[in-house]
Amino acid sequence: MSVALQMGIVVAYLLVALGVGFVAYRITDRTAEDYYLASRSIGTVVLLFTTFATLLSAFTFFAGPNIAAQFGPEWILVMGLMDGVIFGVLWYVLGYKQWLLGRKHGYVTLGEMLGHRFGSRRLRGGVALVSLFWLFPYVMLQQDGAGTALSVLTDGAVPFWAGAGLITVFMILYVVLAGMRGVAWTDTLQGAFMLVVVWTALVWVLHAVGGASAATAAMGDAKPEFLALGGGFYAVPNVLSTAIGIAFGVTMFPQVNQRFFVGKSEAVLKRSFALWPVLVVLLFVPAFLLGAWATGLGVATDGNVLPALLGEYTPAWFAAIVVAGAMAAMMSSSDSMLLSGSSYFTRDLYRPFVDAGVDERTEDRLARVGVAVFALSTYAMSLYNHSIEGTWTLYRIGDTAFGGFAQLALPVAVALYWQRTTRAGVSAGIFGSQAFFLLTVFQPETWLPDLPVVGAALADAWAPAAGVFAGTYFGGWGANVVGMALGLGLTVGVSLATAPAAEEEQSAYAVGAD
Amino acid sequence: MRDRTEKFAWGATFAVLLAFAVPWFLWRSDTVVAGLPVWIWWHVGWLVLTSAAFHLFARRSWGLWIGGERA
Repeated sequence: MSVALQMGIVVAYLLVALGVGFVAYRITDRTAEDYYLASRSIGTVVLLFTTFATLLSAFTFFAGPNIAAQFGPEWILVMGLMDGVIFGVLWYVLGYKQWLLGRKHGYVTLGEMLGHRFGSRRLRGGVALVSLFWLFPYVMLQQDGAGTALSVLTDGAVPFWAGAGLITVFMILYVVLAGMRGVAWTDTLQGAFMLVVVWTALVWVLHAVGGASAATAAMGDAKPEFLALGGGFYAVPNVLSTAIGIAFGVTMFPQVNQRFFVGKSEAVLKRSFALWPVLVVLLFVPAFLLGAWATGLGVATDGNVLPALLGEYTPAWFAAIVVAGAMAAMMSSSDSMLLSGSSYFTRDLYRPFVDAGVDERTEDRLARVGVAVFALSTYAMSLYNHSIEGTWTLYRIGDTAFGGFAQLALPVAVALYWQRTTRAGVSAGIFGSQAFFLLTVFQPETWLPDLPVVGAALADAWAPAAGVFAGTYFGGWGANVVGMALGLGLTVGVSLATAPAAEEEQSAYAVGAD
Repeated sequence: MRDRTEKFAWGATFAVLLAFAVPWFLWRSDTVVAGLPVWIWWHVGWLVLTSAAFHLFARRSWGLWIGGERA
C-alpha cells in the first residue's frame, strides 16, 4: 500500500480531531476557568472517556502489548488492578474530595489547592515546579513515540522530525483553540476509536488463527511459563510496586488531577465511578492478549509487537488505522498535558510570582501562548533527544515520571483528610520524598565522579553512603513505593512536631457535616 | 454522624476488592478455561463485580468518609 494512502488515513484522522476542536472553540468563553476546566460542566460520557483516553497514552498501545509479549499476559492483571481498582478507589477518595473543594473555593490546579489551605505561595509554586519537572519530559516521550510510529509505518518515507512535527502542530492548533472542552471532546472520540480498533484487531486475528483456544495453545507451546500466573518478572513485590506506584502517580499527573475538578455534578461523578472498572478491562484485555498471543504466532517480538502482529494478519490499511489509533492515544494524553502544564505555569508560577494583577482575558491569552511554547519546547527537545539516540537524562526523567508523581499523592491525601497537617509537614512530605526518589533515579555514586574539579573529592566523601539510594528495597519493592512511605511518614511526623503557620486555613478542606 | 457500621462495611468491601483483583490463590496455576488462562477470567469477572460494587456504593453511600451531598 502506498505511503500516500497510509498518511491519508492518519491525516484524515487528525483533521477530524481538529474539526471537533473548532466546534468546541465556538462555544468556549474567553476566560481561564472555561479554557482550563470547561467551566466545570463536563457530563458522564465525556468525563469517562476523557479520563480514560488521557490516562492511556501510547503506553497502552505499544509498550503494554510489548510487555505482555515479553513477560506474559499477567500484565492485564497488573494494569487492571492499577487502573481499574486502585485508581477507581482513588478517584473517589482523592478525586471526589478535590471536586467538592474545587466547587467551594474555585481551585483550578493542585498547587492552588495546597497553596490556599497552607497559606503558602512557595508551596503552590513548588508543587507546580515539581509537576512541570516530571511532565515536560513525559510529553517529549509522547512526541518521540508519534514520530517513531509514523516513520515505521511509512518505512521512513515520513522522517521522524516530520511525523513528530505534524502531531505537534495539530495538537497546538486544537488545544490553543478549544481548551479543555475541545480536548475532552476529542478525547471522547479518541477513546471510542481506540476501543473499536482494538476489538476489531482482536476479532480479525482470532478469526485468522482459529479462535482463542488455538491462540492460547500456541502461546503455551511457545512459552509454557505464560500460562502460569506469576513468576519471574511478575514476582509479588514487583507486581504490587508497579500497580500501586502507577495508580498513585496517575492521580497526581496534572492532566489527570485536573480532571478531578471538571465534572458537572455529583450524578456525573457517580456514574463515571461505577462504569470505570468495566471500561478499563474492555481495553486492557484485548490489547495485552494480542501481545501475549503474538509469541505463539511466530511474530517478531523485538520491535513493537502489535503493529507486527497486525501486519501479519490484517491488510495494510487496517495497520494504518491502528497506527492512527496509537496516534489517538498519544495525542489524547499529550493535548491534556499541554493544557494542564500551561495552567500550572500561568496559575501557580506566573500569577503569584510575576504579575498578580493579571485580568481574566490576559490570563486566557497567556494560557494559550503557554500551550504553544510548551509544545514547541518539548518538540525541540525530542528532536535533540532523537539525534543523540535517546540515552539522555531527560529521557530517564520522563521514563520515571509515574514514580515522581506518585510521591505527591500521600502528602496530598493526608492534607485533604487530616486537619492537623501543617505547612511544614506537607512541605517536608512533598519535597523530602521528591529528593529521595530523584536520588534513587540518579544515584550519586554514578554521576559524582564525573563532576568537573570537585568530582573526585565528592565521590570519595559520598563513598560510605553508596548504595543507600537504590532502585529496589526489601527484596524487590520499588523505590517509588518506598519513597511514598517516606513521604507519608514525613508529612505526619513533621506535622506532629510543628505548629500550624499563622497564614494557614485549617478548615479550608472541611466539606459539610458527615 | 454517619453510621459506623456503614463506614466499616464499605471499608472492608473496598479492601477486599483491592486485595483480590489479582487471584493470589491461583498463583502458578496454568489451567486454561474457554481459551484463556483461568486467572484472566477471574480478573475480568472481578472488575465487573467491582463496577457493580462501585455502582451500589454510589447509590447508597456516596459521600461516606468525605461529606458532601448525601446519596
